[in-house]
Amino acid sequence: MTLAAVGLGVAVAVGALTGLAAVVVPVRGRSTVVGIGTAVTGVAGLVAGVAALGGQTFTLVLPGVLPLAGVRFTLDPLGGLFLAVTAGVAVAAGTYGISYARHGLDARPVQAVFPLFVVAMLLVPAADSVGTFLLCWELMALASLLLVLAEHRRRPEVASAGRWYAVMTHLGLIAILIGLLVLTAHATNDSFAALRNAAPHMPSGVRDVVFVLTLAGFASKAGIVPLHAWLPRAHPEAPSHVSALMSAAMVNLGVYGVARVGFDLLGGGPRWWWLLVLALGALSAVYGILQAVINTDLKRLLGYSTTENLGLVFLGVGAAGLFASSGQHVLAAVALAAALLHVVGHAAFKTLLFLAAGSVLHATGTRDLDALGGLRAGMPVTTGLFGLGALAASALPPGTAFVSEWLLLQALIHGLPASGAATAIVMPVTVAAVALTAGLAVATFVKAFGVGFLAKPRSTAAARAHESPVSMLAGMGLAGCACVAVALAPAVALPSIGHAAQAALGDGAPGVSGAVTLRLTGIVGSLSPVLLAGSLLAAALVVAALLRAVAVRRERRAARLWDCGAGPLSARMEYTATSFAEPLQRVFDNVVQPETDVDVTHHEESRYLVAAVAYRHRVPDRIERRLYQPILTAVAVWGQAGRRLATGSVHRYLGYGFYTLLGLLIVLAVTR
Amino acid sequence: VSALGVVGGIVQPLLIVAGSPLLVGLMRQVRAKLEGRAGPGVGQPWRDLRKLLRKEPLAPRGTSEVFRSAPLVLVATTLVVAVVVPFVTTASAVDPVADLFAVVALLALGTVALALAGLDTGTAFGGMGASREMTIIALVEPTLLVAIFALSVRVGSTNLAAIVSSTLHDPGRVISPVSLLAAVALIVVIVAETGRLPVDNPSTHLELTMVHEAMILEYAGPDLALVELASAMRLSVFLGLLANLFLPWGIATAVTPAALLIGAVAVVGKVAVLGVALASAEVFLAKLRLFRVPELLAGSFLLSLLAVAASFFLA
Repeated sequence: MTLAAVGLGVAVAVGALTGLAAVVVPVRGRSTVVGIGTAVTGVAGLVAGVAALGGQTFTLVLPGVLPLAGVRFTLDPLGGLFLAVTAGVAVAAGTYGISYARHGLDARPVQAVFPLFVVAMLLVPAADSVGTFLLCWELMALASLLLVLAEHRRRPEVASAGRWYAVMTHLGLIAILIGLLVLTAHATNDSFAALRNAAPHMPSGVRDVVFVLTLAGFASKAGIVPLHAWLPRAHPEAPSHVSALMSAAMVNLGVYGVARVGFDLLGGGPRWWWLLVLALGALSAVYGILQAVINTDLKRLLGYSTTENLGLVFLGVGAAGLFASSGQHVLAAVALAAALLHVVGHAAFKTLLFLAAGSVLHATGTRDLDALGGLRAGMPVTTGLFGLGALAASALPPGTAFVSEWLLLQALIHGLPASGAATAIVMPVTVAAVALTAGLAVATFVKAFGVGFLAKPRSTAAARAHESPVSMLAGMGLAGCACVAVALAPAVALPSIGHAAQAALGDGAPGVSGAVTLRLTGIVGSLSPVLLAGSLLAAALVVAALLRAVAVRRERRAARLWDCGAGPLSARMEYTATSFAEPLQRVFDNVVQPETDVDVTHHEESRYLVAAVAYRHRVPDRIERRLYQPILTAVAVWGQAGRRLATGSVHRYLGYGFYTLLGLLIVLAVTR
Repeated sequence: VSALGVVGGIVQPLLIVAGSPLLVGLMRQVRAKLEGRAGPGVGQPWRDLRKLLRKEPLAPRGTSEVFRSAPLVLVATTLVVAVVVPFVTTASAVDPVADLFAVVALLALGTVALALAGLDTGTAFGGMGASREMTIIALVEPTLLVAIFALSVRVGSTNLAAIVSSTLHDPGRVISPVSLLAAVALIVVIVAETGRLPVDNPSTHLELTMVHEAMILEYAGPDLALVELASAMRLSVFLGLLANLFLPWGIATAVTPAALLIGAVAVVGKVAVLGVALASAEVFLAKLRLFRVPELLAGSFLLSLLAVAASFFLA
C-alpha cells in the first residue's frame, strides 16, 4: 500500500462518513461536523495528491462495483496534481463552512451533499477507465447542481441559474460520453491503458472527432467561451464556499480532461487541434476579463474572472500542444508547466476571493459593488485578505499570477524564431491577448478592492459590516497562505508540476529548475520572485528610513478632504463601480454593446415639466444573446409544435410506442 | 553578483534620485523658454521638494493605511527599477529581477498603489483619476508587451542586461525596421505611462482634464514630496530605459573609474536630450480627449505588431 492509495482511501471514507453524519447529527453541531469532516477529507486527499506527484502510483481494480466494465482507479503525477489542488481547496472551503453554513445552509440535503461533491471531484482525476471517469464526472455534476440550488427558496434567480447549469453540464457530459465511447469502440476494453494502445492505430478522422467532442465537453465545464454561459450564473448563486469549490477546483477538471485525452490518451495531435484550444483560450481570457471589468456584482465578477483565468490555462495548454506537434519539447514543457502553475495559483487566489466575497455577503447582505465600500473599518482582516487575493489575481509582482504569466510569456516569446509562418502570426497576437488580459485584470481588481472595500460606505448595510467568525477567517487565511507560497516560492511546486507536465507530454525535460531563482532549462530566462519581493521590501524600508531622517518629525494631523468649498462630501458623490468602469466600457463599446433606457415622464399639466426620469443601464452578455437566444427560441418553437403530439391520451402514447417499435423492426429488417 | 553589478546598483539609484528632479526642472525650463517665459530655473523642483518635506504631514479624514502607504510603494517600486535596470553598467545588481516583464510590472504596481489611494479618499476626484489611470494602463499593456516581444526575439531573452549587451555587440541592429518600429511604439507608451502630453497634462489643475493630478489631490507635505519625486524618477527611468534599449553606447562594461564616469555622463546626457526633445514637442501639442487616447494607443499597438512581424520575416 502506497501513501497515495492510503490517502485517497482515507479521503473517500471520511468524505462518505461525513455525508452520512450530516444526516444523523442534529442541526446544532451539523455544520461543524461537516466542515471538519470535509477539511479532513481535503487533508487526506492532499497527502495522496502530493505522494502521487512525488512519483508514487497505485492501481485499484474493482470488477464487481459497476456492471460490465467494473471500476478502475489509478494515480499518476498529472492526476495527482489536480487531486492535490482540489483537496487543497476543500480544506479551505471546509474550514470556512463551519461557521458560514450556520446561516441558513445547515439543512440536511445541502450538508450531506457537500462532502460528497468533494469526494466526487477527488475521484475524477484518479479514474482509470472510461466508465469510472464518466461515473465520477456525473456524480460531481449532480452534487454541484444540488449545491447550486441550495438557496432556491430565498432567491428566484437561483432556480434559473440551476436550469442553465443542469442543461449545459449534461450537454457537456453527452459530448464527452460520445467522444470517449467512439474512442473505446476502437480499443479492446475501456481502461485508459487500452485506449492509449489503440489511439495511434485509429484513423485520423475518428481521432479528430474524439478530440473535438471531448474538447467541447471539457471546455463547457471549464467555462470557456462560448460555452461559458452557465458559469457567471451558477457560481454567484451558489453558497460562497461552494462557489469556491466550483470556481477553484471543479473548472480545473476541464483542463485535466483536455490534457488527459489530448496529450495522454490520444498522444498529441495535428497542429489545428492545439490552435483551436489556444484560440478558445485567448478568446475566453479577453472576453471573460472584459465582462468582469464591467460587472458590478462582486461574485459574478469573480465568475467571469474564472473564465478569464481558465482561458489563460487553455492558452498555455494549446501552446504546449502546438510546440509538441512541431517537435519543440522543451518549449512544450515550459508552456504546460506555466498552464499547470496557473491552475495551482488560480485555485489559491480564487478560493480566497470567493470566500472573502462570501464574508462580505454574510456581513452586508449584498454583492453589489455599487452598494458596498468602506468595509476596511468594519472588517479589517477580510479587507486585508481580499487585497492579497486581488494582488495575486492581477498579475503584478509579487503576486501569484505574475509568475505563471511570466512563464507563459517566456514560452510564447521563445516559440517565435523556431517555427513557421503560422506561428509567427499567432504568437504576437497571443502575447497581445495575454497582455490585454493582464491590463484589464489589474483594472478589474483595483475596482473590486478599491470600490468594494476602501472609500466611504455607500449603503447602511456596508456601514454596519462586522468581521466574520474565526473559522471563516481561518479558511480564508489558509487560502491566503497558499497564495503567498505560490507567489514567493513557486520553485517548490514547479519540479512536481514539471513531473505532471512530463507525465502528460510523455517526454521532454522538466522545463524549469532552481530554488530561489527560476531558471528555464533549454532556453534563456530567469526570474526570482523571492528576490523581487525582498528588494521591494528593502527599497520601501530604505525610503521610509530616509524620509524619517529628512522630513520634519511631527504627528499626522487630521484634515478635511478637499470638497471644493461646497460643504461635507457624502457617499453619493463617490465614484461607484459603474462609473469606475465607464471609460473602459466606452472604449470597448463595440464589443460589449451596453443597453441604456431613459424614460422621461412629464407632468400632466405641461409637457415641459419633467415629473420623473427613469434610467436603466445593463450590459448583457453579448455572446449569450447572439448564440444562445436563437437556439432557445428555436427549441421553444419546436416544443410548441410538439405539443400537438402530446394530448394526454394514454392510448395515443401506447400507440406511439408500438409504431416506433414497428418502424425500428422494419428498418432493421430492410437494412440487414 | 558581479562587482560591476554592485557598483551599478549603488551609482544608478543615487544618480536617478538626485537627477530626476533636475530633469523635470530642465523640461519645465525648456518649455518656459519656448513659450517666451523666464521660467523658475532648473533647480526649482528640488526647492519644492525641500519645502514640502518641511511641512506638517496630514491625514485626510476617512482615509486609511492604503492612502498613507501608497507614496512609499510608488517610490520603492521605482527605486528597485532604478537599481536593477542597466543604466550606467551593463551588469545588474539583482540580475534575476532585471527582466523586462518584471520591470514593467513593477512600475505598474506603483501606479496601482496610487490608484487605490485615489479610491481610498472617497472623493469624486480620486475615483475619477483612478478610473482614468486604470483605463490607460489596461490599454497600454498590449503595446508594451508586444514591443518587448519584438526587442527580445532577436536576443532570445527578456533579460535587460542581455538585450543591452547584444545591442552593444551588434550596432547594425539599431537601424533595422524592427528596432525603429518598436522604438516609435515604445515612445507612445512611455508618453502614456508617464502622463505627458498629449495623454495627460502634468501641469493642469482643471478637474475635467486631470488624470494623475486627480489621484494625488489629497496628498500634502512629505507624502506629496514622495509622490512628486516618484513621478520624476519614473520619467527618468522610462527615458533611460528607452535610451539604453536602443542606443546603449557609453554604458560601462568594466569596473574602472573612467568607464563608470563615462557611463554616468552618457546616461545623463541621453536622458537630458530625450527630455528636452519631449518638452519641445509638448509645446506644440494639445491634450487629447480621454476617449481619443485609445486610438493613439491602437496605432502604437499596430506598430509594435509590425515590429514583431518584421523581426520574423526579415530575419
